[in-house]
Amino acid sequence: MSYDRAITVFSPDGHLLQVEYSMEAVRRGSTVVGIQGKDCVVLAVEKRATAKLQDDRTIRKIFSIDDSTVLAFAGLTADARVLIDRVRVEAQSYRLIMEDAPSAEYLARFVAEIQQKYTQRGGVRPFGIATLLTGLDPPNQRPVLYQTDPAGTHSRWKAQVIGGNNAKSLREFLEKQYTADLDEAAAVKLAVQALMEVVDSGAKTMEVCVVRTGGKREMLSESVVQSTVQVLEQEQQAAQQQQQPVE
Amino acid sequence: MSMFGMEPLVIGDDILDIGSRKAVDRYCGNKAQIGLSQDLLMGRPGAFDVPNVKDPALYCSSHFRSTCGTGDAGQEIKFAKGTTTLAFKFNGGIIVSVDSRATQGNYISSQTVKKVIEMNPYLLGTMAGGAADCSYWERRLNLQCRMYELRNGRRITVAAASKLLAGTMASYRGYGLSMGTMITGWDETGPQLYYVDDDGTRLKGKMFSVGSGSTFAYGVLDNYYREDLTLEEAIDLGKRAIYHATHRDAASGGINNLYHVTKDGWVKIHAIDVNDMHYEFEEEKRNEMSS
Repeated sequence: MSYDRAITVFSPDGHLLQVEYSMEAVRRGSTVVGIQGKDCVVLAVEKRATAKLQDDRTIRKIFSIDDSTVLAFAGLTADARVLIDRVRVEAQSYRLIMEDAPSAEYLARFVAEIQQKYTQRGGVRPFGIATLLTGLDPPNQRPVLYQTDPAGTHSRWKAQVIGGNNAKSLREFLEKQYTADLDEAAAVKLAVQALMEVVDSGAKTMEVCVVRTGGKREMLSESVVQSTVQVLEQEQQAAQQQQQPVE
Repeated sequence: MSMFGMEPLVIGDDILDIGSRKAVDRYCGNKAQIGLSQDLLMGRPGAFDVPNVKDPALYCSSHFRSTCGTGDAGQEIKFAKGTTTLAFKFNGGIIVSVDSRATQGNYISSQTVKKVIEMNPYLLGTMAGGAADCSYWERRLNLQCRMYELRNGRRITVAAASKLLAGTMASYRGYGLSMGTMITGWDETGPQLYYVDDDGTRLKGKMFSVGSGSTFAYGVLDNYYREDLTLEEAIDLGKRAIYHATHRDAASGGINNLYHVTKDGWVKIHAIDVNDMHYEFEEEKRNEMSS
């Protein structure tokens, strides 16, 4: 008997194969990097090359959910669209009922709950996306970074990568390079540096968004990203030259 | 979290749907379409049975509503109601003062009703109107507040708690609920006082009095209220206002339960029989006359 047909069937060794296959779908998506700094969270996404005739301004990967909550996903775009709309409605519903802004943890938990529901019901398939969500933490209004996956778990991260074939190696890269209390410039630099490992360099292949303490958020302009890329390239070249033996 | 109109994906009965309008509509409104017989619906968790008549709202409202005065003259069973409750904010926090009488028509059914529901150490609710309505819905609000706390790791704000209750009341509009309550507490935004009504009214304010004796209480409160009352003066004012209301309103009486809401939660100050207060104030009047 094949255990990967129905979502609601466990395999003998305890796997939900459909859920694991949906994580494969996430791996086929483009990369997203999230870095938690001292007073900011940086989300950087890989922008894949679009067809010549396609208007790439209509391809978005970073979405605003609420005033200070931002979500980036990796995986099936259409699934993300549906999920993002649900979260947006939930955020407004929360504001209406609670007379207060929803915290990032609440929204991440909501996304995760929906994703989980779709792994435990007949006739549906899981959402083929993982998300990195950033928003404010109520007591001190500092931005925090949460991740959800198709299995419906959510957890908080200091730095995380989703999507793309190299997520695992990128995570190892971040583990080596990440330090606590990065200021904004350093956090942006680290995010771009991580992305540069997997994309062709150049600002045109990246989109970077920063959410700051107090709720201000900004999509960094191409020129800012480009200058960060240039600085990193120069540093890389300098490091390579140092390693080359002097002839 | 959803207010009316937005249905999230639902699997099975959510414990929080028990008694909600969503459950009523789902199981009773569509009865004809889904072909369920009355037997299957009886005792089903998650729904209130509504009368099997053409207009259930009107039927409930005219037969079961607790109304003041002679409004319930046509009812076979007159439900317990009648009250004076009051609460006011001052510089030292919030005073909540209530009576403890329940009347069913002309019959005093109880002199020892607890009209302040201690929802949790920092949130209080008062009850005026139908005793059963207040009691049930405020205890259910307590459940919702507790679930919020467990799910989110922090206390619910008074604004949100009162909003949840107001939303519930609004969704049962027309069904004849009778509830006039004040939700009060101290959260991270300071001391808060909200009035919530059975038709979904929700008002933020500094002073409210609710119930059949409220007009008498307002007279005393408006006369002596100042923001800079000391704690003793505020307690005395709360006590006095309830006494005067119970003196003139037949549907109020019994014991005056008085609470003080502070930054560290609420404190019960006293429970004094209003009869004893009568003689205390009588004595006071006599002393004033003679001095």
